[in-house]
Amino acid sequence: MQKINWLEELKKSTLSALWFIFLTFPIMVMKVSTMGETPETFYRWGNLVYVGIGTFFLSFVWRYMHARKEFAAKKKSTEVGIIRSTLGKPKVKKPSLTALIVFLVAFPFIFSMYQTNIMISVLIYIILGLGLNIVIGYGGLLHLGYAAFYAVGAYTYALFFHFAQDWFYSLGLQTGLMFWIAIPAAVLLSLVFGALICLPVIRLRGDYLAIVTLAFGEITRMVLQNWGDVTQGPSGISQIPRPWFFGMRVDPIFASKYIYLIALAMVIISIILIKNLENSKIGRAWEAMREDEIACQSMGVSLARSKLYSFALGAMWAGFAGVLLAAKTTFINPASFTLWESVMILCIVVLGGMGSIPGVLVGASLMMLLPEYFRAFSEYRMLIFGLVLVLMMIFKPEGIVPRVRNKYTFEEEDL
Amino acid sequence: MEYFIQLFMSGMVKGSIYALIALGYTMVYGIIQLINFAHGEIYMIGAMVALIFGATLSAAGMSTGGVLIVALIAAMVYAAAYGVTIERMAYKPLRNSPRLSALISAIGMSIFLQNYVLLSQTSNYIPYPNWVPQFAFLNDYRNILNSNQLFILMTTAVVMVFLTFIIKFTKMGKAMRATAQDKQMAQLVGINVNQVISMTFLLGSVTAALGGVLICSYMGQINYYIGFIAGIKAFVAAVLGGIGSVPGAVLGSFVLGWGESFGAGYISSDYEDAFAFIILIIILLVRPSGILGKKELKKV
Repeated sequence: MQKINWLEELKKSTLSALWFIFLTFPIMVMKVSTMGETPETFYRWGNLVYVGIGTFFLSFVWRYMHARKEFAAKKKSTEVGIIRSTLGKPKVKKPSLTALIVFLVAFPFIFSMYQTNIMISVLIYIILGLGLNIVIGYGGLLHLGYAAFYAVGAYTYALFFHFAQDWFYSLGLQTGLMFWIAIPAAVLLSLVFGALICLPVIRLRGDYLAIVTLAFGEITRMVLQNWGDVTQGPSGISQIPRPWFFGMRVDPIFASKYIYLIALAMVIISIILIKNLENSKIGRAWEAMREDEIACQSMGVSLARSKLYSFALGAMWAGFAGVLLAAKTTFINPASFTLWESVMILCIVVLGGMGSIPGVLVGASLMMLLPEYFRAFSEYRMLIFGLVLVLMMIFKPEGIVPRVRNKYTFEEEDL
Repeated sequence: MEYFIQLFMSGMVKGSIYALIALGYTMVYGIIQLINFAHGEIYMIGAMVALIFGATLSAAGMSTGGVLIVALIAAMVYAAAYGVTIERMAYKPLRNSPRLSALISAIGMSIFLQNYVLLSQTSNYIPYPNWVPQFAFLNDYRNILNSNQLFILMTTAVVMVFLTFIIKFTKMGKAMRATAQDKQMAQLVGINVNQVISMTFLLGSVTAALGGVLICSYMGQINYYIGFIAGIKAFVAAVLGGIGSVPGAVLGSFVLGWGESFGAGYISSDYEDAFAFIILIIILLVRPSGILGKKELKKV
């Protein structure tokens, strides 16, 4: 370690404190009211002192973190590796996995309905994260309109209910059955929708792809919002039925537990499916495509087909999550499917670690649970959220649980 | 016919505002291949700073013309300061990481800045005073072109000429073009790449702040959220024209402005915002790298 020149450090911190006082002065200290006849200006000098002192000390931390990052880059970090290798041992893995699943299944019976509802949101976002992970983590395609597929799923269920309920009653069927019909319908529809969006996009690369998917997402939302005859416009569709259990009505107290269990089952199935998908032919094709499109193409992998699969399969999971959302809240409107929603899901994938399934689980839990349990800071939570995104990218860009790359190790005898 | 001219003019005004913001996007993208999501927030902060200083000064009894000049200068100085600081803190450490990291960092910065203004100012719409001089000779044509619109068009034209001059004929402009072509090579021939990147952010922020003040005077209100929508639209404009190309951004902005204006006027005003995206998709289908974008050659 080199010696720290304290005088130099003090000078740097003082300068950055002064710079930030200058920067934040008009926004944080001054405030105008233009309501009256002549505008009035208020000064909040206290903030000036806070900003000065705050940045003075934080700039030390900032430089320390940067120095540490450079230092850490030289030696390989082992913390995650140790946790991983301990968890990977079959002796540890099986019991801990069983314990986790038992705990998760028992969760709604131990905790209150409020907690269960939060956990349903977490599970829905895990499903969304897993789906987007296929597109971004495996396929390497930046997708900024994922909420559109989520909306397709939710609206499939909602509209199906809205237009078919009378017919259902006349047949003597219960509306609770609709959930089970809506699921395959929604999954199929979002799959088709994903494939349709993909078709014009196949030729585009990188940022053009991002902006076109963003455009598709926004157009979908605007259509939902303005096509009032069908979608009920901005006011949305309400009183969507909750699912029934094999023709039995699930009473409202039990309903959220029931949805929780459905979501949990779906998460587990998704993880198994995606895990297998990752190691299948198409999974390998995605990996090749992500690393190098040209090399991938020259090895005989069809880029168009890989992209199409990754979009369509990714969309499928969003469709399912949409049906769950509609069943959970019994009310949906276009405001739930804005660009922010897509960005939130993107952040789950990136914060957790792109291409890593445990990463998605951790990312979704953190993104949903932390704001929920820090309601005391609810005013500041978006501010902190933005800051965390920036800091994560600077100091830990590979995510909380980075992806493990497939490695092929061979012994000497093999040769 | 008058309706057509009205739509034409309002589309052109819209286009010029988009152009002022899109220029920053396209210049930054051209140099470091980053979609600077926080650019819209710079525009909002510029307008906000102008409002705060302008309102304080006009309460102190300054004349409208003086207030406009001081407010514009304050907006530009602060926007530049914010732009350069953001670049130094949030993007510079990520220059060698994957592009997605920098993009997420930009999204984070955008969320942070929005909430920073929201918490330290207000979440409500604030009425924005109109400091733009009112030209008497336009009185007869008011429903075709009013003074604010004329002022916006003039400012945009001046900014375009000025920027073209900087990029084409100054040493810094040459360095910027060189850096955009090949960062490593530029460094090798002795260009201070960090300085060039800071300069790009500075120029982009200044034009965005100008746009912010003008559009807020025209619309008569401001809110912490205005930057986001405007930023997305301007980004669409930049992509439409071929991202990274300066004339492309201007052309894309006008296409977008007219498309939105005519679409809303003749087809349906409910879908005004959707037209921007529909135009984008159609153009990218025909020309995958924008109207004036260079065709990217795939090389191994």
